[in-house]
Parts: sequence; C-alpha cells; structure tokens
Amino acid sequence: MMRIPLARLVNTQTIALVGVLLLNWILFPGFFKIEWQDGRLFGSLIDVFNRGAPVAILAIGMTAVIATKGVDLSVGAVMAMAGAVAATLVVGGYPGWVAVAGALAVGLLCGLWNGALIATLVLMVAGRGIAQLITEGSIVTFSDPTLVFIGTGSFLGLPMPVVIALALMILVTLAVRKTAIGLFIEAVGVNRSAATLAGIRSRLLLIAVYAVSGLCAAIAGIIVAGDIRGADANNAGLWLELDAIAAAVIGGTSLLGGRFSIVMSVVGALIIQAMNTGILVSGYPPEFNLVVKAGMITLILMIQSPFAGRLLTWFGRNRRKGA
Amino acid sequence: MNRSLRPLLATVVIFLIAYAAAVFQFPGLLSTRVLGNFLTDNAFLGIAAVGMTFVIISGGIDLSVGAVIGFTGVLVAVLITWLGWHPLAAFAAAFVVAAAFGAAMGLVIHYLEVPPFIVTLAGMFLARGGASVITQDSVPIDHPFYSAISSLYWRLPGGGRLSFVGLLMVAVFVVGAIVAHRTKFGSYVYALGGNATSASLMGVPVARTTVEIYTLSSVLACLAGIVFSLYTSAGYPLAAVGVELDAIGAVVIGGTLLTGGYGFVFGTFVGVMLLGLVQTYIIFDGTLSSWWTKIVIGFLLFLFIVLQRLVFAASARGDRVAEKA
Repeated sequence: MMRIPLARLVNTQTIALVGVLLLNWILFPGFFKIEWQDGRLFGSLIDVFNRGAPVAILAIGMTAVIATKGVDLSVGAVMAMAGAVAATLVVGGYPGWVAVAGALAVGLLCGLWNGALIATLVLMVAGRGIAQLITEGSIVTFSDPTLVFIGTGSFLGLPMPVVIALALMILVTLAVRKTAIGLFIEAVGVNRSAATLAGIRSRLLLIAVYAVSGLCAAIAGIIVAGDIRGADANNAGLWLELDAIAAAVIGGTSLLGGRFSIVMSVVGALIIQAMNTGILVSGYPPEFNLVVKAGMITLILMIQSPFAGRLLTWFGRNRRKGA
Repeated sequence: MNRSLRPLLATVVIFLIAYAAAVFQFPGLLSTRVLGNFLTDNAFLGIAAVGMTFVIISGGIDLSVGAVIGFTGVLVAVLITWLGWHPLAAFAAAFVVAAAFGAAMGLVIHYLEVPPFIVTLAGMFLARGGASVITQDSVPIDHPFYSAISSLYWRLPGGGRLSFVGLLMVAVFVVGAIVAHRTKFGSYVYALGGNATSASLMGVPVARTTVEIYTLSSVLACLAGIVFSLYTSAGYPLAAVGVELDAIGAVVIGGTLLTGGYGFVFGTFVGVMLLGLVQTYIIFDGTLSSWWTKIVIGFLLFLFIVLQRLVFAASARGDRVAEKA
C-alpha cells in the first residue's frame, strides 16, 4: 500500500514562499528580473535575499535554541552590542579583522552567559544599555573596508550577507544532521531529564547551543553595522528577536522543543522578508506589515497545531468510511 | 518563617535598602512629592503589571501588553477627537475591544494548543499594526472631562500630590491581590501555573480560566492605555513600546516565578516601585545616562532569577525551575 506522508507532499513553507513571491510578481512585474552589473547580481529577488539575510542568520541560531525548548530573547541586543564593539574598535584604529574577531568574541561570551544562566531576558534588557555604554550614546560611524565589505560587498556575484547566511545554513545543517548533535538537541528538547539519564551531557549541550545563537547574533550585528556603516545601539536589531522566532515558527520548528529544521527556518525568514518587500512595492504603508505578519503567523500556527492535525485525521477517517 | 515568602521578603528588603541608600545621597528623595510622583509616573506600568502577574502565575506570558496600551490610546483619541464621543463612551468601547482581543488570544492558546509566547507575539503585531493603520500621527485629546481627571489630585502633607491615576493604580493592586489570593479564580490561576494537567484532573475549568486570564490582562492593559492617554493627553500608535518588558521585569523582580505557579501581586507593586526608584535616582543624579536604567534593571532581573533558583533548588529538587526566559 502506498502511503505518502502528507507533511512531505504539502510543504507549507515552500508553498508559502513561492506564493508570496508570485504575489510580489503580480504586484510588481519586474520582480524576477535579475541583472548582472559591476560584477554582481541586482534585482528585487536578490534584494529580498539580501535584506532577509540578517534575520535568516538569527533564525539559524534561534532554531537550535528553540529545539532545546528554550528561546533566546537576547539576539537583538547582542546584535547591537556586537555592532557597537566592531565600530568602536575600528574607530579606535584597530584593523577590520580585529574588530570582527572582537564582535564575534562578544557574541560568543553573551551566548555562553545565556547558556549558563538560561535567562536570556536579562541580556535582552541589559544588552542594549551595555551597547549604549560602549558607543557612549552616540551612533559610531566608520568606513573600514573589511566591515563595509561584510555588509555590502559581493562574492561570486552574490551579496556578502547572502553568502554568509548560506554558508552558515549549510555548516549548521551538516553539523546537526550528519552528526548525532541534532538528535541530542531534539532529545533535550523533548525531555531534558530523560536525555540526561540517557547519558547526554545536556548542560554542556545547552551552553553550546546558546553560544551558537550568540555567534549568529554577532554575525548579524556585524552585517547590519557594515551595511549602514555605523553602529546604532538604540535601533540595531530592535525587535529582530521576534522576527527570528517568527521565522523559526513559520519554518515549522516546534516551540515545545524536539522538532526543528534549520533550512525551513531560513525559508521562514525569506517569507517574512518577501512579505515586507511585497507590502513596500504595493504601496501600502509599512505599518500594514505588522498586521499581515500577525495574520501569517496565526495562519501557519493554525495549520500546524495539534487541533488541525486531529481535524485532518477525523476527515481522513470519515472519507475512508465513506469510500 | 515560611520559606516560600523569602523572594517577596528579599524584594521588599532590597527596595528599602536601595531607597535608604538613595535618600542618603539625595535627601530630597524622601518627600511626599517624590513618592506621589512615583505612583503617578508608574501608574500605567503598574496597572499593566497586575495583569501580567496573573498571566505569569498561570505559566503564560503576554507580549501584547505594550501594543494594547498604544492601540487603546489611539482608539480613545480617535473616538473623542475625530468622532466627538464622550470619553466615558470611548473608554467603554476600548474595554469591549480589549476584552474581545484578550479572549481571542486565550481561545487560540487553549484550543489550538499554541504556546502563549507566540500567540501574544502575533497579538502584539496585530495591535501595533492596527493602531498604525488607524493613524500614524499623535492624535491630541482636548476634552474638559480629560483635563478634569488628569488634574484631579489630593494634596499630601509635605506638598506631594496623590493623583487620581496613582490612586487608581493602588486600587487595581488591592483588588488584584484580593482576586489572586482570596477567590476561586485566583486559586485556579495558581493551579494552572503549577501543573496544567493536574489542575485539569482536579476539576479546574482550564479553558474558561485561560480565556479569563488573557481577557483580564488585555482589559488591564486597556486601562493602562487609558491612564497613559490621560497622562499624555494624546494617543500615539508607537506609545508604550516595550512596556511589556518592563512589566515582566517588575513581575519577576517582585518574586513571581517565570515558570508559573508561584508569585504575589504585592511583590509586583514593590517591583514597579523599584523600577521607578531606579529611574528617579538616575534623574536626580543628572550625570548618569538613561541607558544605565536598562543595565540596572537587567542586573536586578539577574539577581532575582538566581535568588529564586537558589530558594527553589533547596525546597524542591528537580530542574524545572525557570527553564524558560
């Protein structure tokens, strides 16, 4: 008997992404037009990828954290801190690579702290204050070529943020799917006590997962700072933790832990960005975005909820009875 | 003394020490003027934090509070200024909208089994976006009723002013404490936060209680929005951004456990006052930048989360303490 799993046949996320992109195309006929200019690709589609990259990078780390039944609320604040550190270092005369290393170290440190304490609310509140302390309350601007390249440069024709996001996605996916780490993460997410009893060092694993999330946030922070050539402690990464969580949830990662997909979270981030772009090109005020985002999240949650699952089984049973 | 009262006691002691230290440096802080302003300036935060206390005790979280405050302000301002409604009618309309909004979130949380975190996040987007769709500018409210209420105060000995909104906040806290500790609904909320499955088996109406909790939170956020509009005499779609975080902070600093099942309404009051003290101290000092507020609040959160874990690790073994956050 042929049994095709419904979930694999109808992948909500990919259909949604294609749908939103097609909608964009209807609203703006030149949407899929891609040009090659000055050694890199240009076009609305590329722009969706480019603008979506920071949230996609955050979503990669966030997905791993959510899979352990946690949530990292501090990523937006960590972005601001990493950007502030990088900008302050280059303005202080250090070379670009030192600034990048410094920002990554800050992200790692924040991640380790989150993993040890499992209370990311603390850094979410305090982090932005610390970032403002680093920049002394002003927007630190710079023109360091390394940082600007990370934010706005291109590699093999693709914008640098897209390349970084892709590389991170492949790296983390390989790390969790080609080794047992992914299984361990799911085990801890489903039942931490049982996982510990089964021999998983859950404490170390949690610290590692939060550290990865902190690193991802730092990378996103460097990209955003490099993009605007400045570190804005007040606004860099503001509310992006919510977008990252939404991306993971849209991607099908369960907030109750255990089920996760890094690639689908990146798709989720792209869906969010494609909606943003769509609303902009269609001429609606950007505020309208929030309403659409709320509707989108609710819709996907309803499709994925256990209630809908039960409803589907009930329908399936009735249909079989009828046939 | 009862072990479980220790976090509350710690909050009170820390507030008294902090206040004494601040008074030692700036004797002007010990006056009814400052205390009166404490109540007035934090009235909207305090009212919203009472609702948040119930939500967190029940094991949930409500991220939509700040957005509901902003939405209420805009709705009330638009009804009064653009459509010429009487403020009381506008308030009634706002309460109905907020109650329906909260009830809808509660229904989704219970029946679709979606975590409160993500439902109220969607609610936050919806309320904030809805307010911005109505108007993107600040809508002033100029109505004799408004100016009458916002200038209503009782003079305290020492020149302080106990304003109507300050008193309103105190009243909400008193009623909230009675509801939490002395009514059936209150014990349902605690039972739900302790363990939803056992609560359901013991006969707690889980669905009704969940809907009621989020309705209560949204209605109180609506009241906070009205107070905020009295305070600013305007409605602005981006008002009170991030107030949900301050409210959560006040609740946690007040000794309520983020995983639910345990907490005090009175503790939240002390938490709100502690946040107010930090802000007032920074204003009094004059040389410290406002970003120190965030760092100090973050440090206080850290302190209380660690403290709660120590207390609960000693009293109840197991690792279910404060997993979230």
